[in-house]
Amino acid sequence: MFLLAFLIIPVCMVIYTAFVTETGSLTFGHFANFFGQTVFTESFINSVLVSLASAFFSSLIAVPLAYLTVRFEFRGALLIQTLGVLPLIMPPFVGAVALQLIFGRSGSVNLLLDEWFGFTVPIMDGLIGVIFVESIHYFPFILLNLVAAMRNIDGAMEESALNLGSRGFRLFRRIIFPLAMPGYLAGAALVFVKVFDDLGTPLVMGVTNMLAPQAYLRITSVGLDDPLGYVISVIMIVFSIAALWASARLMKGKDYATLQKGGSALQKRRLSVWEAVIAYGWIVLVLLVVLAPHFGILLMSFAKVWSFSVLPDSYTLEHYATVFNDSSNMIGNTLLYCLLSATIDVVIGTAIAYLILRTKLPARQWLDYMASVALAIPGLVLAIGYLRLFRDVNLPFTDTPVIASWVLIMLAYAVRRLPYALRSCMAALQQVHISLEEAAQSLGAGRMSVIRRVMVPLMAGGIMAGFVTSFITAAVELSATIMLVSRESQAPMSYGIYLYMQSVSGRGPGAALGVLAVIVVGLGTYFSHRFVERSRATVQSI
Amino acid sequence: MCSVGIAQAGTVTVLTSFPKELTSAYQKVFEASNPGIKVEILNKNTTASVAYVRELPEGQRPDVMWASAPDAFEVLARAKLLTPAPETVNKSAPAKIGNFPLNDPEGMYYGQALAGYGIMWNTRYLKAHKLEAPKEWSDLTRPEYFGHVAISSPSRSGTTQLTVETILQGEGWEKGWGQLLEMMGNAAAVTDRSFAVPDGVNNGQFGLGIVIDFFGLAGKYSGFPVDFVYPSMTAVVPANIALIAGAKNADEAKKFMTFTMSTAGQQLLFDPKISRLPILPYSTLKAPAGYPVPQEVAKRAKVHFDTNLAESRYQVVINLFDQMVTFRLKELQAATKAIHEADKALKAKPNAQGKDLLSQARSLAFSPLVGASNADDPQFLELFKKSRRDVAVAKELTGLEQMWADKAKSNYAKALQLAQQAKGMAK
Repeated sequence: MFLLAFLIIPVCMVIYTAFVTETGSLTFGHFANFFGQTVFTESFINSVLVSLASAFFSSLIAVPLAYLTVRFEFRGALLIQTLGVLPLIMPPFVGAVALQLIFGRSGSVNLLLDEWFGFTVPIMDGLIGVIFVESIHYFPFILLNLVAAMRNIDGAMEESALNLGSRGFRLFRRIIFPLAMPGYLAGAALVFVKVFDDLGTPLVMGVTNMLAPQAYLRITSVGLDDPLGYVISVIMIVFSIAALWASARLMKGKDYATLQKGGSALQKRRLSVWEAVIAYGWIVLVLLVVLAPHFGILLMSFAKVWSFSVLPDSYTLEHYATVFNDSSNMIGNTLLYCLLSATIDVVIGTAIAYLILRTKLPARQWLDYMASVALAIPGLVLAIGYLRLFRDVNLPFTDTPVIASWVLIMLAYAVRRLPYALRSCMAALQQVHISLEEAAQSLGAGRMSVIRRVMVPLMAGGIMAGFVTSFITAAVELSATIMLVSRESQAPMSYGIYLYMQSVSGRGPGAALGVLAVIVVGLGTYFSHRFVERSRATVQSI
Repeated sequence: MCSVGIAQAGTVTVLTSFPKELTSAYQKVFEASNPGIKVEILNKNTTASVAYVRELPEGQRPDVMWASAPDAFEVLARAKLLTPAPETVNKSAPAKIGNFPLNDPEGMYYGQALAGYGIMWNTRYLKAHKLEAPKEWSDLTRPEYFGHVAISSPSRSGTTQLTVETILQGEGWEKGWGQLLEMMGNAAAVTDRSFAVPDGVNNGQFGLGIVIDFFGLAGKYSGFPVDFVYPSMTAVVPANIALIAGAKNADEAKKFMTFTMSTAGQQLLFDPKISRLPILPYSTLKAPAGYPVPQEVAKRAKVHFDTNLAESRYQVVINLFDQMVTFRLKELQAATKAIHEADKALKAKPNAQGKDLLSQARSLAFSPLVGASNADDPQFLELFKKSRRDVAVAKELTGLEQMWADKAKSNYAKALQLAQQAKGMAK
């Protein structure tokens, strides 16, 4: 709770600053100006459309992946789930760059199509391109939460349905999917809000007629003094909260909690040969498209010159040598900042989830909205808020100014990623039936020990999903990082990738660092999945 | 606490937007020749750099600012965030390049390298699309380049703003805009960062790009299949270095600045990965064969760049460009395509009425929405300098932007329609 206040104040301060910059006294004049401009209304509509479409296509990718891997006996299910999270590890702007090389105007695919059939596919152009990139970048939000939710479904539910004659798709549609709804909605809402607020992708794709790029262009070109940039930020915040509110609203009045935990999970069933062929085929196809940016980056990291050709001209290991010589400390920095911030996030996320769902605190819903505000705050604006707030503050017990230390970077990560952790934790808690806690309490367990011994272990999957999302997305955060890094020695990998990627003499070293980032964070994700599996096993054995 | 202390004495912190290979080269050579002094490079884009310096209290700021865009230095100088350091200047550098003063007249910042503007292209791409390499800006208006050109928005890139301004000053306001809009009608993309253009040309996403010279040269000398040309309508201007006010290690910082402008420091600019033009005359340096000579480029250049004029209409130019090009690229492309097609059809089968319609279409699509008289009017320009925090001012400005946006959209739509009509008459 104290931590929360400490984290929230800077956020509120930014909003406050945003309002104060508008006028000395409050006015809605700027809002009127905003709605008077067709560029902005057009941008607003485009943003909504792109977000909805991305959430839809993300679901198309994520739902079958989750269902197939959780429900069926599947070789490498864990591997697939881990691979499925990889897209998140790639900073969006790097992903878009790599996708250009594969699917772009003169990318490998189009060069081949042109050579073989004499036509090209403009999949990377305009809004369609943005939807394409966003969908394959953000679908893991749905995948992670949905997998966690489906694992929590009581197998008995399925059995009863089976006994009553429900099978196949009907079983999925009527029983399993609805029961996994909290996880799905948590994921889909995140995709929606995230796409709505994403800046990097539209900018790299050259699309300016969306809200986030408009706000960014305003703030950085007209200057920090331009109120319209803040008006857009405020509108984005309001709209993001509205989206989250709507998704929460959908869940209201429904009970998703199941009583039995761990005892009998969903049955894993075997696939017939044909079903297996189709399922594997589908998964391979999806993974091929979804991992295309990673192939692109991998090739780039070994490429000497790759220009207007299907594959690079020649290969080298030089770029990796450059990275190891120059920037190996960045790997450690990334792990340090992201582990700390993700830990802060799940601790606070669990606490808020508990307060909202299990207490009758007045205005507890506002906690949720407040935490979610961070989603829509542009990193640049938050970073400036931090620099202002901590201007003359020193780190406790030292002479080091806070602004010159990495603590601010870590805090910024924690604040901006808190909403992810919170969504997952709330979804997880919604699936824990309150009577389980009541039972523990009636057996004499105190409140703290109920939380520690009953609630948290039962939420483990969801908490882990939150941890992983926060961790991964913090690892690729860029906008606040650029502003807050005050020395190269404290820079994380995302900053290094950005730096190396800005080089006309070749992006090889940037790509190499990107590959390393994917490997490091990917391993982290894999081990946390393993950890969850094992902790589930212990819960079961109790 | 893990990382204790800000930069200790003996550390120069350099805030820069320059690419890593450039800064690393300077860092290595300088540290080797000045044992005991450490160089800490802090890389941020120019906008973020300016905001960063502004937000930090005295004593916490980096020591040296090193970047291309002169307006960033102007902003810092005006905010009293720079300090003169005239003793760092190399006396053997000429005072002017062309008619452009190398150093800030107030002595707040100094020219450290030179840069001109031009066109780069991907040779493989041009070959595959059977295109010839251009020589002048006006070549880029030709129909065969439709959909192959890239530029970054001048509101996002200081160097593009200078390029646009160079064309406007060279050709005059009306004619300059006409040419710019025709070139932009051929654009495949208006990117948000200047770097996206050379990168796209390097990897073959775009055929041709409008860039600052070292983007083209560094790509070429690093082995990419690209080439670069200075059109005659170019300007050669300095990239700058300055001492930040309230710097912690001013003495060491001055040493670093002196080094960047010394013969040894200037020689580093010829590194293939850096490929910048030095400020020192080639008689004192060892230039690679065939390397462009800035003085010659400047001599050939037809434009006498006027910084004051550029600054006075800065906001109008970038705003107008965004409203007419960046945000309306699709409509402009469509109109341009139709105009190219009608032109081709009419050349095959001439028709007087069609020709008339086509020239109407051209003038609708390729005329600036702000006339030359307005662009010179101090009263009109004054509006763009007022603070947007004032609701009334903001309202006036947004009203104006809205008018430009609407007008551009309807003009392009009309031009498209007229061009299609004109094409129909050729049949």
